[in-house]
Amino acid sequence: MLRFILRRLLQMVPTVIAVSLLIFIIFSVVPGSIASSMIADGRGANDPELIERLNREFGLDRPVHVRFGDYIWNLAQFDLGTSFRTRQPVTELIGERIWPTLKLAIAAMCVAIAIGLPLGFFAAMRPGSLLDSITMVGAVSGLSVPQFWLGLLAMYLFALTLGWLPSFGYGEGGLRNLVLPALTLGVGPMALLARTTRAAVLEVMSTDFIRTARSKGMSSFRLVKWHVTRNALVLIITTLGLQFGSMMGQAVVVEKLFSWPGLGSLLIDSVGLRDIPVVQGSILVLVLCFLVINTVVDVLYAVIDPRISHG
Amino acid sequence: MSGTRALLEVQDLQIDIVSAKHRHNVVENVSFTIDHGETFGLVGESGCGKSITALAMIGLLRSPLVISSGSIRFRDRELRGLPERELRKLRGNRIAMIFQEPMTALNPVSPVGRQIAEMFVLHQGATWHEAERKAVEALASVQVPAPEQRVKSYPHEMSGGMRQRIMIAIALACKPDLLIADEPTTALDVTVQAEILKLMKELCSARGTAVLMISHDLGVIAKMCRNVGIMYAGHLVEQRPVEAIFRSPSHPYTNGLLNSLPRLGSRGIHGRKRLQEITGVVPSISAFPAGCRFQPRCERASALCATTQPDQADLGDEGYVRCFHHG
Repeated sequence: MLRFILRRLLQMVPTVIAVSLLIFIIFSVVPGSIASSMIADGRGANDPELIERLNREFGLDRPVHVRFGDYIWNLAQFDLGTSFRTRQPVTELIGERIWPTLKLAIAAMCVAIAIGLPLGFFAAMRPGSLLDSITMVGAVSGLSVPQFWLGLLAMYLFALTLGWLPSFGYGEGGLRNLVLPALTLGVGPMALLARTTRAAVLEVMSTDFIRTARSKGMSSFRLVKWHVTRNALVLIITTLGLQFGSMMGQAVVVEKLFSWPGLGSLLIDSVGLRDIPVVQGSILVLVLCFLVINTVVDVLYAVIDPRISHG
Repeated sequence: MSGTRALLEVQDLQIDIVSAKHRHNVVENVSFTIDHGETFGLVGESGCGKSITALAMIGLLRSPLVISSGSIRFRDRELRGLPERELRKLRGNRIAMIFQEPMTALNPVSPVGRQIAEMFVLHQGATWHEAERKAVEALASVQVPAPEQRVKSYPHEMSGGMRQRIMIAIALACKPDLLIADEPTTALDVTVQAEILKLMKELCSARGTAVLMISHDLGVIAKMCRNVGIMYAGHLVEQRPVEAIFRSPSHPYTNGLLNSLPRLGSRGIHGRKRLQEITGVVPSISAFPAGCRFQPRCERASALCATTQPDQADLGDEGYVRCFHHG
């Protein structure tokens, strides 16, 4: 098993290199630069000399391949460069922002699992029942509602009207500030998870081995406990993993909406400023998170399903 | 045991497919009895209602299939209308079942030992520890080599024949009175088939377990059964002792089935002759013909057959046939 995990981790290396290359290429060809964005901010006139000076200062006057060489060389030393804007090391900036984002994503995932998983299960146990219909209508709505709108509604109801929770901000990092963003971010994955769980359980329930289990004379409770859950989990975990990964990315909208000081808002702000090192670094870290989660999912597969070989 | 009464008595069983708009008959007027320790065969083409009849015996019919009328008495107790709780006590414990597909009939993510052990936990109140120990014994009884190691194996690590042995071990774990074997050897190689049949026969006769053997393979039936029922399109068209069926088939369908069997050495006696088939196809459930359901494919059919369902005609050898023109 340990060898299997190590191999999966090693397989991440080429992916990371390919992704860094892609990110670098994209940001070498997008129009605009830190210089022009600073000037657009009103910090200087449209002065070619000033632009040239800034470009030289940030090393943007050097040829692309030299910059890429530097970038990779620094990356190998876990150095993501220095922010054009704040002159802080990018790793430091990201370090400050990654925990709020992770916290938000984990909290949202907990919401999704705690509600979506049991709902999907119960819906599948009684297909066509009222609970099933309500769950599925709810799931479709949950998937279709845009996050920013849902977030605004939540703010209006829980913060403005009822005054139960703060409407935005990180506060002291406590639970009260986390509730609304986590709920907003969690609704989509929760809906998808309910649907996937329902489908997975229904699929398992229709298999031959469930018929065998019934012919053994077991109650529905034992049937689910002994035979359905583990088989359905194989299917559910895929969705969970993918959702968790994409949630790190989707958090951008929710973070912006709730002024949450996470990686997403850092990314958006830096894109606006053409603060390329920060943008590159943030994306790379998000990609890394995604890869790590995928690896964890693969390992979980191997743990749950003995048919998947570790060799 | 209940003395002279039969172990299982099925009377006029009728099973329908029921939807909001339609009701189609799948099985009709099926009656048979199985004595303690007897092996009874149920033969017919795919889709003739054999498996559905078998599932009805252990109360595992699922919507849209429903038992509309008739009775199923097991050890003098009516199973129809029995609460699910009571049925569960019988299932696996007194009436066990083996299915056709050993490849998919076992849970792929659970070790086989545990799947056998479940039976002891469910029906004998054993602890998991005791149950696992008994599972090793059960594996040994179906002649699986190295049972102590094999209990930890997963189904995908075993061959089809081995998996069917596991199924037999599960089914016979609680020493049931009746074993329903739904095409237990259809998915297996011929050599493995013979081994599995031999094993079933030995174990069941040693334990006094009666068997309802469902098959489309007349060879299997001839080897295993005392009495046999021939099903066609949901009707039991002929029921006889097995030698009588092979010696003098009475229903035209039975006759057709036997004629379509290839025989060793027949070319030497009759010359090079094409194997005989039954013309036509089995009608679909939604379009069963009126009268005798075999009538559109029958060479003996008359006008009467198209309008009236034939009653049972006793044949004097403890068997009966449903045909106006039997013989």
